[in-house]
Amino acid sequence: MGMDRREFLRIAGYSALLGLGGKAAFELLAPGQIDAAVESVPLTVGKKWGMAVDMTKMDEQIMDKVIEVCHRIHNVPKVANPKQEIKWIWKETYEHTFPGQHHEYAAEKYHGRNFLLLCNHCTNPPCCRVCPTAATWKREEDGVVMMDQHRCIGCRFCMAACPFGARSFNYGDPRKAPADLNPNFPPDMTYPTRVRGVVEKCNLCAERLAKGQIPACVEEANKIKEGALTFGDLADPESQVRTVLREHYSIQRKPELGTGPNVYYII
Amino acid sequence: MLEKAIRGSQTYWGWLIFLLLVIGVGAGNFIYQFFEGLKITGMGRDVSWGLYIAQFTYLVGVAASGVMVVLPYYIHNYKAFGRITILGEFMAIAAVTMCILFLWVDLGQPMRVINVMLYPQPNSIIFWDMVVLTGYLILNVLIGWNVLSAERKGIHYPKWVTPLIYLSIPWAFSIHTVTAFLYQGLPGRHFWLTAIMAARFLSSAFCSGPALLLIICFLVRRFTRFDPGKEQMRTLASIVTYAMILNVFFFLLELFTAFYSQIPGHMVHFQFLFSGLEGHGRLVPWMWAAAVFAVLALILLINPSTRRKEDTMIVGCAAVVIATWIDKGMGLVIGGFTPNVFERVTDYWPTVPEVLITLGVWATGFFILTVLFKIASSVKEEVAGY
Amino acid sequence: MYDGWKIIVGIVIGVLVLLYPFWPSAGKWDAKTPVPELTAKAKEAKECVEPKSYMRPQHMKLLDEWRREAVRDANRIYKSSAGKIYDKSLQNTCMECHSNKSKFCDQCHNYTGIAPFCWDCHIQPKETT
Repeated sequence: MGMDRREFLRIAGYSALLGLGGKAAFELLAPGQIDAAVESVPLTVGKKWGMAVDMTKMDEQIMDKVIEVCHRIHNVPKVANPKQEIKWIWKETYEHTFPGQHHEYAAEKYHGRNFLLLCNHCTNPPCCRVCPTAATWKREEDGVVMMDQHRCIGCRFCMAACPFGARSFNYGDPRKAPADLNPNFPPDMTYPTRVRGVVEKCNLCAERLAKGQIPACVEEANKIKEGALTFGDLADPESQVRTVLREHYSIQRKPELGTGPNVYYII
Repeated sequence: MLEKAIRGSQTYWGWLIFLLLVIGVGAGNFIYQFFEGLKITGMGRDVSWGLYIAQFTYLVGVAASGVMVVLPYYIHNYKAFGRITILGEFMAIAAVTMCILFLWVDLGQPMRVINVMLYPQPNSIIFWDMVVLTGYLILNVLIGWNVLSAERKGIHYPKWVTPLIYLSIPWAFSIHTVTAFLYQGLPGRHFWLTAIMAARFLSSAFCSGPALLLIICFLVRRFTRFDPGKEQMRTLASIVTYAMILNVFFFLLELFTAFYSQIPGHMVHFQFLFSGLEGHGRLVPWMWAAAVFAVLALILLINPSTRRKEDTMIVGCAAVVIATWIDKGMGLVIGGFTPNVFERVTDYWPTVPEVLITLGVWATGFFILTVLFKIASSVKEEVAGY
Repeated sequence: MYDGWKIIVGIVIGVLVLLYPFWPSAGKWDAKTPVPELTAKAKEAKECVEPKSYMRPQHMKLLDEWRREAVRDANRIYKSSAGKIYDKSLQNTCMECHSNKSKFCDQCHNYTGIAPFCWDCHIQPKETT
């Protein structure tokens, strides 16, 4: 499992309690509990979500699976023009993931090797600073850098500001993406698509976090190899993710820029 | 005074109709873009700003340059410029309108643009850009219209206009500084992450705008009975010269920092622009052409005999406009995005619909400019007794 | 009168332009009042998230509040006035019962000439008939 036992039990408990798979009404809580539950999902408040990508355990199979699941459950289309591609989580080689940090005599195991990249949900995100409408912002409860596609005007200032290339723009209508590249689109009927003209990116599975579930990429990766991705609360020194970072050497992408990325790479 | 705009020669109407045709083609292509999305442009995930934002950046500079006529007259009492402050202000109106239009056509969801006002974000430079551009437009409309009306009636303009005029002077500097801030605060874009960006923007604005104004003054003299004045044009030419010297100097400063430090992150964008990277070099001939035009401009404008002779003065100004337009309207934005944050090179070139929409917006600006200058010159002719 | 023809033509064009709001409904003035149909599931539930008297005039306001609270406030749980708990989701809550969009939602929307743009992003339920 990508996190420790205590956290798992807490999450499982709330999942059962709230079990809101989007179905219609049902009575589930006593009056006092209802009021408590109507606040933000308790397990989210006060967290500083982060992720550790363990490159000693990661491989192409896991990365491909994780990308496939994320893009499927969020209805991310494959567009016709590769220059206008949309991706929430993707692969990039070592040299291009850490430009400026690599050298020509890099260890063979990393030379040209693919890393797994996604939005870093930075502590000090420049994308949120530049957004003119707060269509993207850093959630106070748990640090997730969120997107509000209702409000986005498509100015793409956030895309210019992100030093990690984590954001994609819907240059066209995602539902008009080629059918042969997107059979049976949209694949997930419980999640919306986007409209043309808005920016999108990894949302740390906020819709899953709200139900007490961990991000889909972490869940999928751990099904194949436990510990490939670790997710948890960076503010809790006893969390699994903090433990893993304490015990192994890890690096961040472009730390010198001061954005405070919360995705760490164990190498 | 608007009635001055509906009476004109065949040339005047022919020019307006030509502009309306270009606007029409641009509008048609914009409707196509509105329904299909920005995928019809050459922009992509890596180069996410292109021709539209580059034109906006260039035109904010042209708009700001109105201050180069207003400042000497109101602050330094340079009486000669009193004749042509209105031309600077009217050019600013046309330029700011084009800026706003270029920003609007670049949006993915243009109908949501009002969100920028409904949900103000003081941390966002775009918010401040909206504030300063709107303010500058209102200032120039109020000042220009009232000063010209008063001139027509032979009286002094109303007293409340005076503080607005003095406000417009720092405001003009602010619009281009804020636009530079759009670029110079982005941590991942090392081509733009330099304090001198605002200074470069201002120097480039103060040579390209007055150069454009000078060319338009010649056209005004050619097509109307209003003569902006020999002394006025000479002084404008001097302003263009000093600003162009600063502009080129600042660029050379940037080159020094990049290439003396030998830091790849600094050098690579210049390498992309001036010698190409990984086989991508479509901008290279353009950038070198800009360099040639810049040198030509400096030679013609620094040398007093060519600066004073009107035909070489015009060629010098045209060279300034071409060089600065290529530098800001092509090199700056594309060069900033290439290579991308992964040090990969993705090509960008505008598509045909993108160019047609761009031309449509330029034509709109020139339409407004023509109408306003027609009004201004007709009023001045009337006052002079023609 | 002077320029008589120009004035008359101008008035005609002006009146036509002023009548623009009525162009789309030209020829459809005998349209019947809409009758939205409930699905079997909706009938079984007996009541919507809130009573019909509230939902009919205010469902758009409720949905607007839901989308703001769910996305921006991370508050996805709705407690109705009857004390029941719902997920604030158009796709997963509302359309669970009202899955016959063309026979329910569209009935009134088409009649009143409204085209809510929710469906640009939110996925319409697949209807069998």
